[in-house]
Amino acid sequence: MSKHPMQFVPTADFKERARGALDDDKLRKSFRGAMDFLQAKRRNQFSDEHERESLRDLGSAIRKYALARLPDLLEELESKLTRNGIQVHWAENAEEANAIVLDIMRRNQARRMIKGKSMASEEIELNHYLAEHGMECIESDMGEYIVQLAGEKPSHIVMPAIHKNKADVAKLFEENIPDTPYTEDVDELIQTGRRALRRHFMEADVGLSGVNFAVAETGTLWLIENEGNGRLSTTVPPVHVAIMGMEKVVAKLEHVVPLVSLLTRSATGQAVTTYFNLISSPRRSGELDGPREVHLVLLDNGRSQAYADEQLRSTLQCIRCGACMNHCPVYGRIGGHAYGTTYPGPIGKILSPHLLGLDEAGDLPFASTLCGACSEVCPVRIPIPDLLIRLRNEAKRNPNETVATPLRGQGAKHSAAERVVWQFWSGAFKSPKAWKALRWGATRLRAFTPGAQAGWTQHRTPLKPASRSLHDMLKDRDQPE
Amino acid sequence: MSARASMLSKLRACAPATAPDMPDVAGYYAGRPASTQAERVERLRAELTASHADVHVVSHAGWAGAVAQLLHAQGVRRLVRQSGAPGDSLARALPPALQASEFGRPLDEWKAELFEQVDAGFTVADCAIAATGTLVHLCGPHMPRTLSLVPPLHVVLIDAERIYATLFEAADGERWAARMPSNLVMLSGPSKTADIQQTLAYGAHGPARLCVFIACEQGEAA
Ligand code: SF4
Repeated sequence: MSKHPMQFVPTADFKERARGALDDDKLRKSFRGAMDFLQAKRRNQFSDEHERESLRDLGSAIRKYALARLPDLLEELESKLTRNGIQVHWAENAEEANAIVLDIMRRNQARRMIKGKSMASEEIELNHYLAEHGMECIESDMGEYIVQLAGEKPSHIVMPAIHKNKADVAKLFEENIPDTPYTEDVDELIQTGRRALRRHFMEADVGLSGVNFAVAETGTLWLIENEGNGRLSTTVPPVHVAIMGMEKVVAKLEHVVPLVSLLTRSATGQAVTTYFNLISSPRRSGELDGPREVHLVLLDNGRSQAYADEQLRSTLQCIRCGACMNHCPVYGRIGGHAYGTTYPGPIGKILSPHLLGLDEAGDLPFASTLCGACSEVCPVRIPIPDLLIRLRNEAKRNPNETVATPLRGQGAKHSAAERVVWQFWSGAFKSPKAWKALRWGATRLRAFTPGAQAGWTQHRTPLKPASRSLHDMLKDRDQPE
Repeated sequence: MSARASMLSKLRACAPATAPDMPDVAGYYAGRPASTQAERVERLRAELTASHADVHVVSHAGWAGAVAQLLHAQGVRRLVRQSGAPGDSLARALPPALQASEFGRPLDEWKAELFEQVDAGFTVADCAIAATGTLVHLCGPHMPRTLSLVPPLHVVLIDAERIYATLFEAADGERWAARMPSNLVMLSGPSKTADIQQTLAYGAHGPARLCVFIACEQGEAA
């Protein structure tokens, strides 16, 4: 449907893309505007600090509880959903998940899919896979529709087209949707999108959606949105397929109550979104609409690696609100595409190493100032900077070292030379004799320090040892006159 | 090994031996000051209005007339109504030129008609949540899922007695956990999006207009 081919951005070359983004004035403006807007909206929602903090405590406890019981809850969810008539599928990786969806489509002689917003489907690159197998996939969330028309991927997990301005969208619509004159009037643009997608909702054979929370106790899929495209995608086509990361299950229906409040307020600064869509069953006998089949695909795709480690498990507490990216000084300057991963920003940096491996994630765990803004706003209190430091250590670790919970791509950033430098440094500090010798040498040989010191001198004057060490100066001072 | 067995066994191998105590959600929400019905009506009205809905507080005797007037003023020619007593009362109050039918048949038989020819849908909300301006629909045989979704104008009737203060009170008071319908929908305004440069626009994919009639003792007769 798009004139442009889909782009798949490799995760290498993060630095180069970041540099490109920093030089792109228009992009910088789009993100600055959006970040300021979203930060202010969130702030307004959480004016009562006490309420905010106690709700975050509760949200974090609920997610921790669910993760502690994850295997039990998944089995309970499966049995309740099955009892309700929803078919449950398990997928260890992207290939399996894609194959399951394709198989459901084939069994239903389906050709056309309409999609509500689903980051999990972005993660497994479902559109690309289905297109290769001759299926038509249309994104129906306005933001997703815009990025699909542009042949791009979302640059934000909540607002996919955040990097585009009105003029970009006006041009895209003019070029791609028949009989659409150029206009920057947002109401008109949205009406154009609505008209273009209406027919697809009616004609689609399968609707696909993500899931915000799955309730084990009742066998319920809880979906959150503003536009109504999620409800249309899950209601009008004869078959509904939902796909979710397996960590999204919670024990009780009432556990979702504080979580939705945290989610919508943290994400877009709304007390509530327009629609909460709680799906517990396909069309029952006597009902006049709703899908005749509902499927849920539970996706692992690397999540079990994070789960295996007590510290890294907290990554899975995430409720995908996007607040961490909205407050991140790095994300706010380079935008989402520079990361080259499905999930950008702080959450992407801690999640992608599990989905892709530390080798593929490359520079991502290092692309942070560790300022802590992300964990300060995270509604479920994920200690993101601690996790980043941990992932950096794992990336630097000797690839051959055996550890209790090894990570895929361990040692991707390991450097023997760097190891030697650190060993030298810690050795010099450990023995008074060695330290003394180092001091003696450094103060005497200071004239030989090179003027060009790799990355350091790019923006700074060279480092040079002082002519006398602090140690010696103090010794002199303490000498009686 | 199946994917299921493999995923579960990986998780079981490293799940913590003991789970923390079950979080006390009820305890968190307990002890909030009780509200009066008048306060809840006012809050629901204010929140829905802030979400761009059009809200009318009407009397039990007068609501049907008020809805009929609104539909007429909006130039609605074809209305689909939820089956049941309130829908019947509304039908009696409507001018003959306005075609009002029940949903009647399975959607598959008249999808295009619903999408293209119906101007408005009329539903009765099961209950409401004042704090967020939310109307709850329990979809089932008498409440089709698409009725509150596809027509561009959605008219909702809600009984003031059925307004809860918060989502927690509604979920708890209605015992949703024990009796989930196939589809429970909470809606809090007309469909909207801010996906283009954070500019809010209404009528994204669902109804562009939401008109809510709160029926109560003190409401105005039409
Ligand atoms: S890590 Fe926290 S702030 Fe970031 S998306 Fe997840 S829940 Fe939101």
